Amino acid sequence: MALIELKGITKYYEMGNQVVRALDGIDITVLRNDYLAFIGSSGSGKSTMLNILGCLDKPTTGQYHLNGKNVETLNQNELSEIRNLEIGFIFQSFNLLPRSTALSNVMQPLIYRNVPYAQRKKLALEALERVGLGDRTDHLPNQLSGGQRQRVAIARALVTQPSILLADEPTGNLDSKTTVEIMALFDALHKEGQTLIVVTHEDEIAQHCHRVVEMKDGRIASDSARASTTEVNR
Amino acid sequence: MFFALFESSRAAFMSIFAHGLRSFLTTLGIVIGVASVIAVVSITQGMSVFIGDTFSSLGSNSLTIESYTPLEDQMKGIRARLTPDDLDIIERRIDGIASITPILYANRASQVRYGSQTAFSQIFGTTHAFQDVSQSYMKFGRFIAASDNDTRRRIVIIGDKVRENLSLPENPVNEFVEIGGEWLKIVGLLEPKGEIMGFSQDDMVLMPFSTMQSIQGNQARTDIQIQLSLTEQANIETVSQQLTSILRNAHGLDNEEDDDFTIQTSEQLMETFDTIISMVTIVVGGIVSISLLVGGIGIMNIMLVSVTERTREIGICKAIGAKRHHILMQFLIEALLLSLLGGLIGLAIGYGLGSLIASSIPGFPPAAIPLWSVVLALGFSGFVGVLFGILPAAKAANLDPIDALRYE
Repeated sequence: MALIELKGITKYYEMGNQVVRALDGIDITVLRNDYLAFIGSSGSGKSTMLNILGCLDKPTTGQYHLNGKNVETLNQNELSEIRNLEIGFIFQSFNLLPRSTALSNVMQPLIYRNVPYAQRKKLALEALERVGLGDRTDHLPNQLSGGQRQRVAIARALVTQPSILLADEPTGNLDSKTTVEIMALFDALHKEGQTLIVVTHEDEIAQHCHRVVEMKDGRIASDSARASTTEVNR
Repeated sequence: MFFALFESSRAAFMSIFAHGLRSFLTTLGIVIGVASVIAVVSITQGMSVFIGDTFSSLGSNSLTIESYTPLEDQMKGIRARLTPDDLDIIERRIDGIASITPILYANRASQVRYGSQTAFSQIFGTTHAFQDVSQSYMKFGRFIAASDNDTRRRIVIIGDKVRENLSLPENPVNEFVEIGGEWLKIVGLLEPKGEIMGFSQDDMVLMPFSTMQSIQGNQARTDIQIQLSLTEQANIETVSQQLTSILRNAHGLDNEEDDDFTIQTSEQLMETFDTIISMVTIVVGGIVSISLLVGGIGIMNIMLVSVTERTREIGICKAIGAKRHHILMQFLIEALLLSLLGGLIGLAIGYGLGSLIASSIPGFPPAAIPLWSVVLALGFSGFVGVLFGILPAAKAANLDPIDALRYE
């Protein structure tokens, strides 16, 4: 069964008298263990796409099934819960809590699941270990390098064992060496069975992915899976 | 629920201590508000406790009768009086009197002279019974005896303050002082009683009632005050009713006329004091509670700033799964903690301030903090925190995660 199923998703914004069609009829299916890249120029709707996929925003019309749940009818609190249970976010600007240590940052999402402290700490340490930061747990974000910060963010995303990792320009703020390291980590996660969706405008990043979806003016311009494998699977 | 509360408190604590100085300045309004409330309350309560003690030592079954002239009559030149005859009637016709004593205040300049020293004092004539009524004890010499009144003996008993003012020797017995052109011999010195609210209890000169009458001569008809204490069995209500009817009868008042005297019990006196003190407490408390309100607004202001400042953090927390109540609780608890912390600091400062003021005024009773004022101060500051924390916390909780994440 498909992990994500979008049908006729639209997202309109009203800017004064003008209606901006950020998403204009999206149909897409993402399978478990897909490694998917959304590419496109700025204004193509890929960020809106990510917000909708990540349950941060609700579509204007259309249907969104995530892991069997009908998402578009949920209220803010229910969306929070979905985000906590199903989705791991990785942002371009890391978005760590500045006054919390790496460990506390990773523990944070578990608070909203009512996980007791000791277990929270254990799970967070494991996640940090997994991204290779087992020795920097007590550092504040501003004491870490960009690559290390992004690793903390990845650990935070992984600690809840989400069904999807959503990465928004994950290497946009990183140098090329760190970019390679982070992408290697993504590849490894994919090999372990993790579903990843990456939004990027860099071809090198997209090349890591097994499926590339190009967006243009709020529509899907091309989908590498639709061209080959998916058609066959169907 | 408890888990969320605990985690929110932890986050709130971290945030308060991360901005130590700002948190302190934020809560300063509450600190000052609570400190002033507590200082005022502790001083007035100390006073009230002290007055209560003082009056209970006077005994609850004593009465004071004074003449009373309404202002209107005073302007017409009419003066109500209590006379020694009234004293006689009361003594003869009322049951249950343990002791009764007249007090006749000197109505000319109350000056006492000894050698080259002169001093002003409270000078009055009374009888031996005054010793019981006022619970005075002697340091040297003796009190007024019954025979002194019979023979209009020219003697005085003085308080310690008068002795000091006149530079009399340590034991002034057998010295002579001059009052109103008459020389009187000192036969006793009263045990010092100290001060009540800055008023010396030892600034008095006593002489036999009849001596005072003779010194005053006939230039004025005497107007006395009558103090009496009742026996254990006597009912103070019944006695004051009897007194009223006897005195009205003696003064020839008909039904339409008002009493030309007042009867005060020591309980009434105490109630009067209590009323004054609670009025002062309420008025001053009301004024300073405005500062608590101002402090609350200060907290709200900073909390709003803090929400704006942490918009991005709130966005992050929401993105990784924080629900509305998680954010709401965190900010609400932060406001509550801030104001409670302020309340506690204010409590300590207020008590210190109250004690300092009370001890720096000589003769002032020590400060006392009743439990209710502590509970009230903390409760009120907590209430202020919640009240003024709701708006910023709701603002934080209602932030849209996408907008919050985009916020720079």
